[in-house]
Amino acid sequence: MSLSITLTLNGTERRIALDDARVTLLDLLRERLDLTGTKKGCDRGQCGACTVLVDGRRTNSCLTLAATLDGARVTTIEGLARGDALHPVQQAFIDNDGFQCGYCTPGQIMSAVGLIAEGTAGDDPERIREGMSGNICRCAAYHGITLAVAQAARRMDNDPAGDAA
Amino acid sequence: MKPFDFVRPATLDEALAAWRPGTAWLGGGTNLVDLMKTGAMAPDRVVDVTHLPGLDRVEVAADGGLRIGALVRNSDLARDADLLARAPMVAEALLSGASGQLRNAATVGGNLMQRTRCPYFMDPESACNRRDPGTGCDARDGAWDNAAILGHSPACIATNPSDFCVPLAALDAAVEVRGPDGAREIPLSGFHHLPGDTPAAQTELRPDELIVALRLPAGAADFAAHARYLKVRERTSYAFALASAAAALRMEGGRIAEARLALGSVAAKPWRVAEAESLMLGQAPDEALFARAAEAALSGAAPAGGNGWKIDLARRTAARALGLAAAGTPARMPALPASPFGPAEVPAHA
Repeated sequence: MSLSITLTLNGTERRIALDDARVTLLDLLRERLDLTGTKKGCDRGQCGACTVLVDGRRTNSCLTLAATLDGARVTTIEGLARGDALHPVQQAFIDNDGFQCGYCTPGQIMSAVGLIAEGTAGDDPERIREGMSGNICRCAAYHGITLAVAQAARRMDNDPAGDAA
Repeated sequence: MKPFDFVRPATLDEALAAWRPGTAWLGGGTNLVDLMKTGAMAPDRVVDVTHLPGLDRVEVAADGGLRIGALVRNSDLARDADLLARAPMVAEALLSGASGQLRNAATVGGNLMQRTRCPYFMDPESACNRRDPGTGCDARDGAWDNAAILGHSPACIATNPSDFCVPLAALDAAVEVRGPDGAREIPLSGFHHLPGDTPAAQTELRPDELIVALRLPAGAADFAAHARYLKVRERTSYAFALASAAAALRMEGGRIAEARLALGSVAAKPWRVAEAESLMLGQAPDEALFARAAEAALSGAAPAGGNGWKIDLARRTAARALGLAAAGTPARMPALPASPFGPAEVPAHA
């Protein structure tokens, strides 16, 4: 069967023909659209490496069938920076050593952008840790990640226009 | 994953008409897509109901109760002001489940239909009467010790892992469904089946019926000031419960005028025992009373394999949840919802 969907992907409208309804958003991004910043970790919704924003909300792209996304707005890690200007969350991960090997980092950053937009954690470390628990870091860079999210939350609170989400 | 037809109806009637044997309804996909990846579920047809109009709203009914659309996402419901005012422990349960990403996708209807986390159910190579009737139960002699301690049968020892359904059971919620024969309402207390000899019949919902809404009665609000959900897990966050409890009290003049207690992850359905609730009536809240109520709630509990530890754990979780409820619903959602590692409760003395 043939399905087609239209996505606004990182600000650009894309019309995509799917030859198989089994394709997840994660595989569509990585295998069809050459957007390999979004990572495949567990492929079961348990690790968070595949996190992207769908209509501004963080979600696991590995559990999202692409066919369900007709008309959706999808933002991946590639869509955060404005030219050479990093998104405040990207900058905060660098400033605070929020990673080691980097594999989980795109998912961590997208999840943090989503969490900050939700507005429930602020810069409270305990609420940030709870809010980020869907993103596993096997290098255990959690301390830096928590500091990074808190820093970004404070900066974006002062400059909401910096929110590229 | 087995190939399937993908259907995206625009209306509820179109969705119901699209059903045929072998169809799965697709909501947020957080459970179904995962199980389709392992092969535990292999539908021939997937009907995406996420775009059906009108099912994504929380409405206050004429009698003051809530009607929660089946497509409301868990994260949206947990932040809904009408829900927080009436049933804060439902929000606490939602926020103690899964992760921020999964809660953004998961729907009310999907959570009611959540499948067990029994690893033998999720692995299509294992014998499982719940997945493939008549094949047996590898969990019985298996390595899974988070199995049921109440209501299990020789055929199946699975638990219902939902957090959401536990306070819903305590508050007498009901499920509104539509099918080819029209609409009907199913009380949550009868929605999930105990396994008996037919564990594959997991819920009262017929396969051709679709959940359209959840109803929370107006009386739920009477408990809002003293209602907590407590969930014990193997790690602080992002884990299924080993045991959980929803406890709600209606206090009058320092005494318990009405009490509700439901346990989670101990059976194939949220577990409520009338005697455990009634013995608290007219009493002043205290630890000994709550211990007796918890004891009554676990009445008849028996291990399924090596999980006898869950009986003690569930009993203590129930007693402590009642203590937390007596201390009062916190003004703000705790940083760690439903966690035993939150701020210590005020001792529950009259």
